[in-house]
Amino acid sequence: MTPMSRRLFPVLAGLSLFFFVTAPLLIVRAPYESTMGLVQKIFYFHFPAWMAMFLAVCVLGVSSAQYLFRRRPAADRVAVAAAELAAVFGLMGLITGPLWGIKAWGVWWQWDARLTMAVVLELILVAYLLLRQYGGAGSERLAAGLGIFAMANVPFLYVSTEIWRTVHPRVSVVPTLPVDFGLPLWWSVAGFIALCLALLSVRARLEAQRAMLDRLYLAAEED
Amino acid sequence: MSEFLRVVLLVVRKDLRVESRSRELLFTTVFFAVSCVLVFSFGFVRAGRAVEGAAAGILWIAVAFSGTLALGRAFERERHHDALRGLLLAPVARPAIYVGKLAGLLLLLAVVEAVVTVLVAFLFEAPLFRHPVRLFALLSLGTLGFAGVGTLFSAMLVRVRSRAVLLPVLLYPVTIPVLIMGVGGTAALIDPEPDLAMARLWISLLFFFDAVFLTLALWTFEPIMTE
Repeated sequence: MTPMSRRLFPVLAGLSLFFFVTAPLLIVRAPYESTMGLVQKIFYFHFPAWMAMFLAVCVLGVSSAQYLFRRRPAADRVAVAAAELAAVFGLMGLITGPLWGIKAWGVWWQWDARLTMAVVLELILVAYLLLRQYGGAGSERLAAGLGIFAMANVPFLYVSTEIWRTVHPRVSVVPTLPVDFGLPLWWSVAGFIALCLALLSVRARLEAQRAMLDRLYLAAEED
Repeated sequence: MSEFLRVVLLVVRKDLRVESRSRELLFTTVFFAVSCVLVFSFGFVRAGRAVEGAAAGILWIAVAFSGTLALGRAFERERHHDALRGLLLAPVARPAIYVGKLAGLLLLLAVVEAVVTVLVAFLFEAPLFRHPVRLFALLSLGTLGFAGVGTLFSAMLVRVRSRAVLLPVLLYPVTIPVLIMGVGGTAALIDPEPDLAMARLWISLLFFFDAVFLTLALWTFEPIMTE
């Protein structure tokens, strides 16, 4: 990884720390939602986690395509980092969703289009990580293909609430939120995105250093 | 374009000729599919009567399981004497090789599905043949999507260590939408009051899914298979 990303990490980590420390103040001040009350506050965690996941999956898809078509090893390292982060943030969304659902809908889980697609995407990410872990040499290129397939699911997931009538609220709810709800929400989103990018940069650097270590071992053996 | 088709036909003919000498894939896959349906019928029969509403799911699960078996075996064959490398070294368009392998698998799965559909209709008293054209559309589009993704993955897995385990691990998450659409459409057809509008919706969704995922597979086959 370039020295550029080495400088990037403290900036991003500091930014996300700032947002995470200040977000609770805003969330406490936000008014209670009229029907759900306190439970609705989980929204400030649930939605940003999915936004961070979408970002990570898009990074995964784009860097996979770059690796596949341009043969840039650095892109492959970014893809691994992005896949791990997407799986983690997706898990956060999948845990916070039912916690909210049991209070708001009265059920933990329902197999509607949005929830099903979310599980499918998470499964693809776990499959990706399994392939990277156990595929051994030669699996990088197939993993890159799988990364592109994962990204192809994002538009379906995004529009699923618009096509089918689902219990999940529509995407169009978010831009029409009143400022009292919207400000803490986007504040949290900014915090999650900054955290995601910070972890991405440091994880990709770890991969780069591993690759360098491998190269050095090989060079040492040749001598 | 005619060159492309010629290569596709050559690959299909090669696969059919190899298969006709041993008939290994055909017999093992059909037998596996039949035993799959039988296992389900033991699981889902209560007091001598089939559980209602299980037929659509069982049909598609049998197709998915035997499809995975066929996919793994069809490319395991290409490992002998480095046959896959020979195939890839041929000075022809790589996507044509992909389409050829896919077409061979589709022919095999068509036979499997014909057997499985009759068996499910018989064992579960499901009126599967009430709307034969729609059922044919569902099965062919579903199989195309499933095998389209599967051919890409198993072609690449030929070079990977734990391929036997990894093929289902990778294939099922990506193709769950195909199963959902196929089961949804079939269930709408065999319902006591068939919902044809719903079946048409699932068929068009399958068509859309196939278009997206086959495009992706054709687009990525060449770089994925290049060493």
